[in-house]
Amino acid sequence: MTDFAGWLMPLRYRSETAEHNAVRSDAALFDLSHMGEIAVTGAGAGEALDYALTGWLSKLVPGRARYTMLCAPDGGVLDDLVVYRQAEDRYLVIANAANTPVVLDELQRRISGAGVTDETGVTALIAIQGPNAQARLTPFTPLALSSIPYYAGAYGDVAGRPAWVARTGYTGEDGFEIFCAAGDAEHIWTALADSEGPAGAGLPAAGLAARDTLRLEAGMPLYGNELGPDMTPYEAGLGRVVRLDKPGDFVGRAELAEHAAETPRHSLIGLISQSRRVPRHGYAVLTEGKQVGAVTSGAPSPTLGKPIAMAYIEGTREGSFWIDIRGRQEPAELTELPFYRRSK
Amino acid sequence: MSVPAELRYTEEHEWVSVDGDTASVGVTDYAAQSLGDVVFVSLPTVGASVAAGEPCGEVESTKSVSDLYSPVDGEVTEVNEDLNDDPGLVNAEPYGAGWMFRVRVAAGADGEAALPAGLLSATEYEELTKSAG
Repeated sequence: MTDFAGWLMPLRYRSETAEHNAVRSDAALFDLSHMGEIAVTGAGAGEALDYALTGWLSKLVPGRARYTMLCAPDGGVLDDLVVYRQAEDRYLVIANAANTPVVLDELQRRISGAGVTDETGVTALIAIQGPNAQARLTPFTPLALSSIPYYAGAYGDVAGRPAWVARTGYTGEDGFEIFCAAGDAEHIWTALADSEGPAGAGLPAAGLAARDTLRLEAGMPLYGNELGPDMTPYEAGLGRVVRLDKPGDFVGRAELAEHAAETPRHSLIGLISQSRRVPRHGYAVLTEGKQVGAVTSGAPSPTLGKPIAMAYIEGTREGSFWIDIRGRQEPAELTELPFYRRSK
Repeated sequence: MSVPAELRYTEEHEWVSVDGDTASVGVTDYAAQSLGDVVFVSLPTVGASVAAGEPCGEVESTKSVSDLYSPVDGEVTEVNEDLNDDPGLVNAEPYGAGWMFRVRVAAGADGEAALPAGLLSATEYEELTKSAG
């Protein structure tokens, strides 16, 4: 167990590699109740979020979700978010645990004419992720899961308890995220964990360590590693989340519009280490003996069987790269992100 | 968590087993569980001199890398080549197939292998891991 933004979280339940592989080959459960859930409600909720966030949320169809960001007036990223439009006049903003107080505070300050309610403490989040997630969840819900597209959700019971079930995740696999009342979480978790799988065993649980290697293989950014207040969405290669084409002003618009036209200071690359030694956050990336950037996330990839890393480098994404792994320069091969893409 | 009574331990979570003048070294079950899945072990080379308390290798796991310290002074006579192909042996059998290296320890005045004074007994090591939480 580990302290994670004030939540006592399992880093691993058993072997994190086995947990990772279970998500890639079958399905596993994650307890993500530490994530922040902030409801924005009322007739003006969509327009209020259009002003507060970089996305065009008023245009979101009820039942759909968007990946978006909260930016500071200078364009720096304060958090990356998933926003669900759960009903015509209700949005649910999902924030990273460590950033939830900041997101709540900013939303309350930026939003008038809509309600902003922190539901983190009363909401639990259980994710079921993996190629068999739909098959594994189907027996427990009357929802027609196959009719829920990627980045959409619906209200329905899971194991007899009310929930919001969305086809979203942070693993690079198909899967669902189940938001329920905190008091119903144990019941739902136990029902799913005890379910019969192809091997006759229940669904295994996966911890934070597996969650991190899964998202890294999937090339997904982690706030604090690839994203931060000193960086715009453009520099993270995520300029698509900034909807400069939406009507009206929004926080950071002027600065972001300038950055949109510039060539970013640096770019995010994927590296596969040619050594067995593992690149870690902060290690220098070099070209011809000269430092050109630094590793933001690195880990041994269970799927590739090699260490992988994401790194920010100055200038172009071409050339040969080395990573300074504790004083020794190890060769690394430049690769397209993501490192892993599931077969459809 | 297992702490075999017949072994000696270090505060850096290595175990030592002495047979004649040869000390076998590995990391403890506690260390293996704290590290998580071990993915790579960098071992000293055969013939290298190692000194007690000095780093002589690295243990990489999913989340972290740790220095491997020699618990004794001497010369490396053998390393566990199996860890190259299967570093997970460290997790599966930390006191058995997951051993790491062997050292020829110089004999002391009594003709026995001279072990550093600071090595811990199983009971002392167990106390240490409990106080570490």
